[in-house]
Amino acid sequence: MSDRLSVFKTYKLYVGGKFPRSESGRVYEVTDANGDWLANAPLSSRKDARDAVVAARKAFGAWSGATAYNRGQILYRIAEMLEGRREQFVREVADAEGLSEAQAAAQVDAAIDRWVWYAGWTDKIAQVVGGGNPVAGPFFNLSSPEPTGVVAVVAPQESSFLGLVSVIAPVIATGNTAVFVAAERSPLPALSLGEVLATSDLPGGVVNVLSGRPAEIAAPLAAHQDVNAIDLAGADDVLAKELEIAAADNLKRVLRPQPVDDWTATPGIDRMTAFLETKTVWHPTGSLGASGSSY
Amino acid sequence: MPTSASSAAHALADVTASDSTLRRFLHGLPGVDAVGLEARAASLGTRSIKTTAKAYAIDLAISMVDLTTLEGADTPGKVRALGAKAVRPDPTDRTTPATAAVCVYPDMVAVAKEAVAGSDVKVASVATAFPAGRASLSVKLADVREAVAAGADEIDMVIDRGAFLAGRYLKVYDEITAVKEACGTDARLKVIFETGELSTYDNIRRASWLGMLAGADFIKTSTGKVAVNATPANTLLMLEAVRDFRAQTGVQVGVKPAGGIRTSKDAVKFLVLVNETAGPDWLDGHWFRFGASSLLNDLLMQRQKLATGRYSGPDYVTVD
Repeated sequence: MSDRLSVFKTYKLYVGGKFPRSESGRVYEVTDANGDWLANAPLSSRKDARDAVVAARKAFGAWSGATAYNRGQILYRIAEMLEGRREQFVREVADAEGLSEAQAAAQVDAAIDRWVWYAGWTDKIAQVVGGGNPVAGPFFNLSSPEPTGVVAVVAPQESSFLGLVSVIAPVIATGNTAVFVAAERSPLPALSLGEVLATSDLPGGVVNVLSGRPAEIAAPLAAHQDVNAIDLAGADDVLAKELEIAAADNLKRVLRPQPVDDWTATPGIDRMTAFLETKTVWHPTGSLGASGSSY
Repeated sequence: MPTSASSAAHALADVTASDSTLRRFLHGLPGVDAVGLEARAASLGTRSIKTTAKAYAIDLAISMVDLTTLEGADTPGKVRALGAKAVRPDPTDRTTPATAAVCVYPDMVAVAKEAVAGSDVKVASVATAFPAGRASLSVKLADVREAVAAGADEIDMVIDRGAFLAGRYLKVYDEITAVKEACGTDARLKVIFETGELSTYDNIRRASWLGMLAGADFIKTSTGKVAVNATPANTLLMLEAVRDFRAQTGVQVGVKPAGGIRTSKDAVKFLVLVNETAGPDWLDGHWFRFGASSLLNDLLMQRQKLATGRYSGPDYVTVD
């Protein structure tokens, strides 16, 4: 067999269903755990963040309006697509986090299972946190959880793939759209995830992937008037405080960083409810008849 | 190049004497280098306009907007809301300039006039069986007279593209002069060519000269009702035409690209075209306009971004 030329992969952002380079044209070197060069990743600027928010806002109407059942199918489809590219992700996670192949495989499997887990939750969360309320009057009183809107996410720094999936999946499972900033030192699994999302029937713009310095990209996201919530999972103490102050301006929902020792543990529904708002509807039933009921 | 403006005006007076002289003149205009034109428009679109220049450009663009609503579903309430927005585009920031005009259908002129009363905002009205222009001349003129009588400061007419494409240039010319007469001395006339239907750049150049010869105060690209509206290239071509026309006759004519300009970035590109082609004399709401509706919101969001340093969002501008 003749020698082939190496085909290096150009890692790109995933914004609005497309794979652009950074608007700034910048890249930075990504190394493995030993400091050896792996690839160049785009170094996003605040304009990339702005474009991503525009894309996320555009996608919000259709995604939040899709049936929960449909969202569940699409999340499951993401798991299917990931399964097909399992080897690639095992390699990328092993390189990024300095894990053995078996350890990395366990992380990737857990991430795939996480998509399946949240896929099942899409049409059940409303029954758990919403429902009919008994009230003293001739009304149906219904509480239903509604998505918050565009959620900016600073992805966990230490768990480049499982941690990332664990914070993104709950955001979109409930009908929000997301703009996330990948882990600074190990963005490659996140950028490859964009390719999986693009082939999973997930409408463009529902998830937007940025790579670069969280301090640079997250600040404009936190101050952005058209972002409704921010998840500070991967921000350190200083950055988290700064972002929380910037986010206060338009009363964004802020999810403060929470220490996670073991990303493989069953996550619970807290991350879903963090970006849900409860809408309560009073609907008149008409006057009560002699029997005490109008029906 | 003629020596003086008056002799040039004289020279051009002959060309409209008959259909054949007019055709000879229009077909004698130099052909357009399509590739060169598009390349020039694209290269001017790459200028970087930042910080204070950007702030100036955004305010200038706002003051050039013809805030437009031309829908079958227009209600008096919507026109009043539009008028209020034209007078004070951003109620949270009183330094925001007013737009140049509101643009409505003739039957809404009175409502619009009332809504902008007491301000410098003009009321423009489309007329002459807009957008198709397929009606008899008497109907078109009645349309114009009614709009003017209702108080329209500017009339946006459409040319008879059918006659133009059939080569009956004098018919188009006569129609424009008749409409110009119906406008009287107070109302300025904008002539819409619907460049998307003229199919070639040569035709756009011919239409521009035809409109200016017939006495247009403004030449306007399109109605906004067809697939291809204002593009940088066809606007550049029209800017060249008004520049050359002023050089020959001393008469300055305005330009109005309309339709498809939605972002501040696009608007700033057009301003660069104006400055580099026609010159700074046209960088004024009296000589250059944007026919747009959603553009204004984007300009306001950009303005808010410059003022506060934070990206703004659609929650902070009106829903029109």
